[in-house]
Amino acid sequence: MPIIFREPGWEPLRELEQLQRRMDRLFQSGFGLERAPWRVGVYPLVNVSEDRDHIYVRAELPGVKSEDLDITIQDNSLILRGERKIATEEKQVNFHRRERESGFFRRVVALPTLIHPDKVDATFKDGILTVKLAKPEAAKPRQIKVKVA
Amino acid sequence: MAEKELQPKAKAEVPTTAERVRPGRVFLPAVDIFETPEALVLVADMPGVSGDKVALDLKENHLIISGEVGPPMGEGETMVEQEYFTGDFHREFHLGSIIDQTKIDAAMKDGVLRLVLPKVEKAKPRKIQVKVG
Repeated sequence: MPIIFREPGWEPLRELEQLQRRMDRLFQSGFGLERAPWRVGVYPLVNVSEDRDHIYVRAELPGVKSEDLDITIQDNSLILRGERKIATEEKQVNFHRRERESGFFRRVVALPTLIHPDKVDATFKDGILTVKLAKPEAAKPRQIKVKVA
Repeated sequence: MAEKELQPKAKAEVPTTAERVRPGRVFLPAVDIFETPEALVLVADMPGVSGDKVALDLKENHLIISGEVGPPMGEGETMVEQEYFTGDFHREFHLGSIIDQTKIDAAMKDGVLRLVLPKVEKAKPRKIQVKVG
């Protein structure tokens, strides 16, 4: 005769249900279309996107002049350095609001794939910096045909 | 002058008052507002907004600033890492002084809007001479 050990209060079905609910929550929070932005804590915040041939790194830098911005590629990282200057107004002005900030920034962005260091293109339009980096042949997606035997 | 390192700040979203037709988020632009003896000057950070996409509306002393942004990515791109959200900008103000509507000057450069609102003659401060009798 088989002996079944049973702990008082052990309900396997309910535990399964709980696990299911927890998994659902995990999928909803982590794999939804719109994730909460990553917390990095370094200015400027960047968005990285890609298509077949390029990687695009974008940052919002309103009021930064292109001569105050320094972009470097080092190994597999993109380094953004610069300074945001806010024109000092004459002394006789009185402020109602002062929310805009000035200062310098240094940010390293790790790139998701290898890139061509000499095929980098940066544009600055309406306060948004876009750095376009070309992927080398090896990093591009390839279609593999299945041979029919 | 001591150097200051910039800290990242997530843009604040506009509290919803009415339903929007255009999809997407709406943010409050960070502003500086200051007053000179002649005018009220408003400077707003609106990255991604070009000069022709800014709308200004001034009724009596109620000022509305809004700006539309273009698509956040080019066609065929997929997001790999997203640290900030993009969306339109909107902010409203009640102005304390009376503005000369005919002389308003607005300029958009590098994603920064600069609005000069000249005060009408009677709102300008005057020094009052005290007569000694």
